[in-house]
Amino acid sequence: MKKKIIKKWLLIPILLLSIISAHGQGKYFTRSGNVTFNAGTSLEKIEAINRKAASVLDATGGQLEFTVLIKAFEFERALMQDHFNENYMESDKFPKASFKGNIVNNSDVNYAKNGSYPVQIKGDLTIHGVTKPVTVKGGIEVKDGKINASSAFEITITDYNISIPGVVKDKIDKQASIQVDLVYEPLNK
Amino acid sequence: MKRIKVIFFLTLALTAGCFICQPAMAQDELLSLLDDIKTKPEKVRNTWKSTRVINAQSSEQLSKGVLDFRVLHRFGFINSGPSEVFGLDQASIRLGLDYGLTEWLSVGFGRSSFKKELDGSIKVKPIWQTKGSGSFPFSVTLVAGMTMNTMKWENPERNNYFTSKLAYFYEGIIARKFSDGISVQLSPIMVHRNFVDLAVDEHDVWALGLGTRIKLSKRVSVNLDYFILKPGRTASLYSNPLSIGFDVETGGHVFQLHFTNATGMNERAFITETTGEWLKGDIHFGFNISRVFTIGGRKHKSERS
Repeated sequence: MKKKIIKKWLLIPILLLSIISAHGQGKYFTRSGNVTFNAGTSLEKIEAINRKAASVLDATGGQLEFTVLIKAFEFERALMQDHFNENYMESDKFPKASFKGNIVNNSDVNYAKNGSYPVQIKGDLTIHGVTKPVTVKGGIEVKDGKINASSAFEITITDYNISIPGVVKDKIDKQASIQVDLVYEPLNK
Repeated sequence: MKRIKVIFFLTLALTAGCFICQPAMAQDELLSLLDDIKTKPEKVRNTWKSTRVINAQSSEQLSKGVLDFRVLHRFGFINSGPSEVFGLDQASIRLGLDYGLTEWLSVGFGRSSFKKELDGSIKVKPIWQTKGSGSFPFSVTLVAGMTMNTMKWENPERNNYFTSKLAYFYEGIIARKFSDGISVQLSPIMVHRNFVDLAVDEHDVWALGLGTRIKLSKRVSVNLDYFILKPGRTASLYSNPLSIGFDVETGGHVFQLHFTNATGMNERAFITETTGEWLKGDIHFGFNISRVFTIGGRKHKSERS
């Protein structure tokens, strides 16, 4: 009699705990996501890549966050990289750009099954200390427990309080294209 | 039995607590789950806009694979009067190339019209100012160079040695970027001349350099560079070189517009042979143009993995 009761009593917390750990498994992360930036024109090639984007995706609710260090953007030309940090992005003052949002149609994505799903992502994008709401299109590809997420969108540079001086006005595209490629792995925590 | 009950309720409370807290936390601070990355000290860059404060070498090192073409130009003395258009009729130039071999090593070469002199130098930056955890407060840069006078011998009938055309200089630069707007450097320098005109003239001339930059805007700064000669025969015959000017950066170019009492544009010339005196109006208007080209060393990295 006594033994039976003990078993019953213990079963409930164990059950609850197992729910929590299942909940935890719904999170995915990466620290080596790629973000490319292109604001070039026919006059000047302005292109950079950041291979150190950090991101966490909560598959259960579709919440998504990512952040990049501005100084980790690599340009082909060192001087351009210096100017990008020093004159445009002011990366000492604003070291990071970040995004925080949701996958709007998260219920359409089956994270347990291989396949690719078009998604819409909505949230707040913070660049150069300025936060703007954005809605972008992207894709999620589930492959053997890993999740590839990608998105390409454009941002208007001046929206983020980044001033472009007259001398280089024609060389910089005011609409910069951003390409994000993230390979998520399950987060075990 | 009672004990088991207590344990049960405690576990239940804790579990429920976690369960309630977790979604809230997940929504707010998903990224905090990753925040165990250790930050390394980060190199402080862009202490100066170019590799020279004005005349003096700055602590700035060219990036790997970057070629810097520098055109230095000094007009005549402003006090030469209207017949010389206040110096604009005169010109002294130095053309130079500097190249970054690695992030910490660069080489330079130049030729000045003043005394038809060639110069070459090696610049090493072993210690960088850093910030973040374990930061270091200043950078150390070392420059060693050589100059060669290519003019005809003044006294060809004498037994002249090739080495008499040569002079050497060794400079250490200690620099600190105090803030985005203010950079300062101290640079002790020694110039050794193999050949001097008189037996009493000094072969070794020592000086202490001071350089500073104050930014007026993102692309414009005020620069000053000054060398104090060690008291001695050279210091009593020549002036301390003082240059004050503006740096204007426009994309790939840096324009340095300035006033200076030094005519020479290599270390031997401006340290040991500055005759102009500021107070008498022996001032040159001058400019330096720096144009950088990326030659190699950095591969384009846009291909995706």
